[in-house]
Amino acid sequence: MFKYFPHTLEDEKEMLKKVNLKELDDLFSDVDPSVKIKDPNELNLPLSHSEIELRRKAKKIANKNKELICFAGGGSYDCYTPSVINTLTSRQEFLTSYTPYQAEISQGTLAYIFEYQSLICELTGMDVSNASNYDGATAAMETMLMCINQTRKNNIIIANDFSPSVKDVVKTLANMHGINLIEADINNIDEYLNNDLAGLLLANPNYYGEIKDYTSLISKVHTSSKALVSMYVDPSTLSLLKTPREMGADIACGEAQTLGIPMSFGGPYLGFISTLSKYVRKLPGRIVGMTKDKEGKRAFVLTLQAREQHIRREKANSNICSNQSLMALHATIYASLLGKQGLKEVAKTAYNNMRYLTEKLEETKKFKLLNKNPFFKEALFETSFDVSKFLSYMESKDILAGIKVDDNKILVCATEMRTLEEMNEYVKLVEAYDVR
Amino acid sequence: MYDKLVYELSKNTKVAYSLPKSLIKDYALPKELTRELPLDLPEISELDCVRHYTNLSLKNFGVDQGFYPLGSCTMKYNPKINEEIASLASFKNIHPLQSEESVQGLMQIYYETSQMLASLTGMSEFTFNPFAGAHGELTGLMIMKQYHLSRGDLKRTKVIVPDSAHGTNPASSALCGFEVVTVESNPDGTVDVNKLKSLLDDTIAGIMMTNPNTLGIFEKDVLEISKLLHDNGSLLYYDGANLNAILGVAKPALMGFDIMHINLHKTFSTPHGGGGPGSGAVGVVEELVDLLPNPRIAYEDGKYKFKSTSPLRVSNFYGNSNVVIKAWCYILTLGKENISNVAKYAVLNANYVKESLKDDYKLPITNICKHEVVFDGLISEKASTLDVAKRLLDYGYHPPTIYFPLLFHQALMIEPTENESKETLDEFINCLHKIAKEAIEDPNILLDAPHSTILKRIDDVRAARFPILTYKDYLANKDQF
Amino acid sequence: MFKVLENLKYSKTHEWVSVSDGVGTVGITDFAQHSLGTIVYVEGYEPGEEVSQGGECGAVESVKAASDIMAPVSGEVLEVNEEVLNNPELLNDDPYTNWILKIKLSDEDELNALLDAKDYEKEQK
Repeated sequence: MFKYFPHTLEDEKEMLKKVNLKELDDLFSDVDPSVKIKDPNELNLPLSHSEIELRRKAKKIANKNKELICFAGGGSYDCYTPSVINTLTSRQEFLTSYTPYQAEISQGTLAYIFEYQSLICELTGMDVSNASNYDGATAAMETMLMCINQTRKNNIIIANDFSPSVKDVVKTLANMHGINLIEADINNIDEYLNNDLAGLLLANPNYYGEIKDYTSLISKVHTSSKALVSMYVDPSTLSLLKTPREMGADIACGEAQTLGIPMSFGGPYLGFISTLSKYVRKLPGRIVGMTKDKEGKRAFVLTLQAREQHIRREKANSNICSNQSLMALHATIYASLLGKQGLKEVAKTAYNNMRYLTEKLEETKKFKLLNKNPFFKEALFETSFDVSKFLSYMESKDILAGIKVDDNKILVCATEMRTLEEMNEYVKLVEAYDVR
Repeated sequence: MYDKLVYELSKNTKVAYSLPKSLIKDYALPKELTRELPLDLPEISELDCVRHYTNLSLKNFGVDQGFYPLGSCTMKYNPKINEEIASLASFKNIHPLQSEESVQGLMQIYYETSQMLASLTGMSEFTFNPFAGAHGELTGLMIMKQYHLSRGDLKRTKVIVPDSAHGTNPASSALCGFEVVTVESNPDGTVDVNKLKSLLDDTIAGIMMTNPNTLGIFEKDVLEISKLLHDNGSLLYYDGANLNAILGVAKPALMGFDIMHINLHKTFSTPHGGGGPGSGAVGVVEELVDLLPNPRIAYEDGKYKFKSTSPLRVSNFYGNSNVVIKAWCYILTLGKENISNVAKYAVLNANYVKESLKDDYKLPITNICKHEVVFDGLISEKASTLDVAKRLLDYGYHPPTIYFPLLFHQALMIEPTENESKETLDEFINCLHKIAKEAIEDPNILLDAPHSTILKRIDDVRAARFPILTYKDYLANKDQF
Repeated sequence: MFKVLENLKYSKTHEWVSVSDGVGTVGITDFAQHSLGTIVYVEGYEPGEEVSQGGECGAVESVKAASDIMAPVSGEVLEVNEEVLNNPELLNDDPYTNWILKIKLSDEDELNALLDAKDYEKEQK
């Protein structure tokens, strides 16, 4: 017997009798012997681990990872996770349930997705949101398709100050799908503003943490083309910053890891897409709506499903058939705990921290700020030394000092988690750092 | 019944957080970049929050609660030790762009899981960058497309998909820029080889197959099919949605498949989380490894390293790391001595249900099934499959998948995983017999079901016609509720 | 049996068109509305857009089904029936008075490729 298999020998015998077979292997008599695994011992797998052995082995492996004091961003941010969240998200009713197809016994999931959609709309200023996407990069990719589907045009501009990996994900799909993707400096796109343009993808903050007011650019795009504007944003900044809606964007998307989700080596994170009501049928993925049951009680249900792959097949908006549900719950609880005031406080702390750190780093004369615009919680610096060596040096002091952009450029980030002491320590180490 | 949204608990100035006092000065945010829109978010206490989400959770149904025979979803038990290990701080508090030296443990887990999945499937290497099954399909098709392009074979613009396939297959193909060609099934649900032959020419990039297929039937002609496709210069994609049926018993690569995805959240026991996070690990044969999306993880000179060899990228970082950790835990727990029993007991359970219910429910395909069995509604036809499903709710079960596959109009697809005991199955079977009897004696019990759930049947026409998608929409239409 | 009107032309994909003065009025058939069930959404191409015979010119959705509307004739979209867009259920009530699009025909000969009422009736069997 094995802990995950409840069949006793007697059960097995009775069940085989019911199905008129002699032994378990007979269940696979329709499988050609040449494709079978002759002997499980030939598999390159370890022998079964007891819980004690597994725990011991996993801890040993986990210890080979190094937890560092994090001054890196670039799409993944060290943020505050209130303890309440893990207690609630690990409840089996949330954790072990399926996509909420059976509305009568999934009202918990449906209700929090409805709350999540409301939260994303509140932060971005948009009217409608889907139930979430895999991550920010895939969300950006999906908004490119929304622009194509809505306008039936085929040119897309992507701002060249997007994160390189987000750009690569968008480019990969554009190549495969046959979309004409133009990567451009956003100050220089006039020649593409014509009747063939389907969409413009903007990043705000951009990869270097810079924030800008795109109101007039967006208005120019709208008057000179039918294109939609999709803005990639960090929702943790939007309690303070001018929203995509206020700037006139048609779609707001991005990565919501910053709403309290651990860095976890890059995932699971939380992509999101929100848009204006008039484009709701071009939204990819699940959407939850409020309705009534037949006795008139308020109820939630997956809705507008005719957009989706299980009905439309190759004509669907997207192939997505799930979401990052548990992470949407995570972010929703986070925002409920922090509330209006807490979100602003967290955002302001990050903003202040990065401004402070920048001032102190510039004072060392070894760091030169390259950002020309205001920035939020990260910024790009030119260094007077080799970045790779500096990063190794800082790692030996248990600090992740940033992300190397090239030999003499480093992207540094200070979130709400960084203390005055940690920032001063960083600066002190820079001061003491022997350039040679 | 608890019926609140978190917004409805809100009261001005309540808080549920505490943050350290800032020790640095306040810097002003540029005015032109400052939000002017009001921000309406809940203001509640910590206990309000805990109670609210606990109460919401009680309106759900999870695998830990009861039998969840949802066909094609493989709702197996989610072992608790996996959760414990995946939540270790030195897995969670790791930035994805740390140096290789400082993430050797995570890279080891990724590498070992890839190696073990390769051994189980016959593939050469796996990537965990795709986040879900459908995302895995898209990634696999990108690899297929790139393979042909890299050989200068530009004519291959079509992908063949059986009519019984999951909707994601044609949707992923279209997303990847392929034209979808549908191949019809035989009456027993398997691919019609003669029809397939007539579709083959030099425009066919490949075929997507699920094996066992969506009816739970093993494709008996798979070797002939793979030979036909390969002779035609096309590739074969294995949709791993149903891998649980053959795990440890047969290898997709030996059947001739070149690319496959595995839903770790199905076959490898990681929880579905109400819709995610999952993982659509993609594996390929040796010839295609350099096309696996960036970055890959290699083991060289005693160290784990990232490498980029492909023009493809499908995610910002490396997929959902904690799902990979849980799958690793699951494989180690099973070990090579137990792993082939996963498929054996899953298939035994499905066939047991099949033989036990065929007197009351139409069984369109009588052959041995694999991990799931499809009925075509009640023999009595006194109620629809939807009614049967809703009635099951009254008896405390999560209903099976209904109205899929599309080949049968009253499809009722049951997938009892290997974790379910004979006692559980017998109770479920008795319950379905009882429902069949109710349908004959008093069909209204079924037509009006569910009776015991917190909500009765839900008006989904209203939801689609008058979309209320946020709390704000609700406030604006409150008079209707 | 589903309602088929004598004086209209039909496509195999279940759209109807009636032509006068070079302008085609287009809708979906009784068979189409019945197969979809309760219709919750209708969308048409915008005035000014060009459509071609057999190509998409809009979409209809019910809760559990969706279908593209294929243009029975080529030409420029002149008008979309806003009333139907705002009240999609009108298509269930009467799919023949509740048209969806008006298209300025670019080639009247295309009408020969369409079915008359008798042939369309056969098509439904």
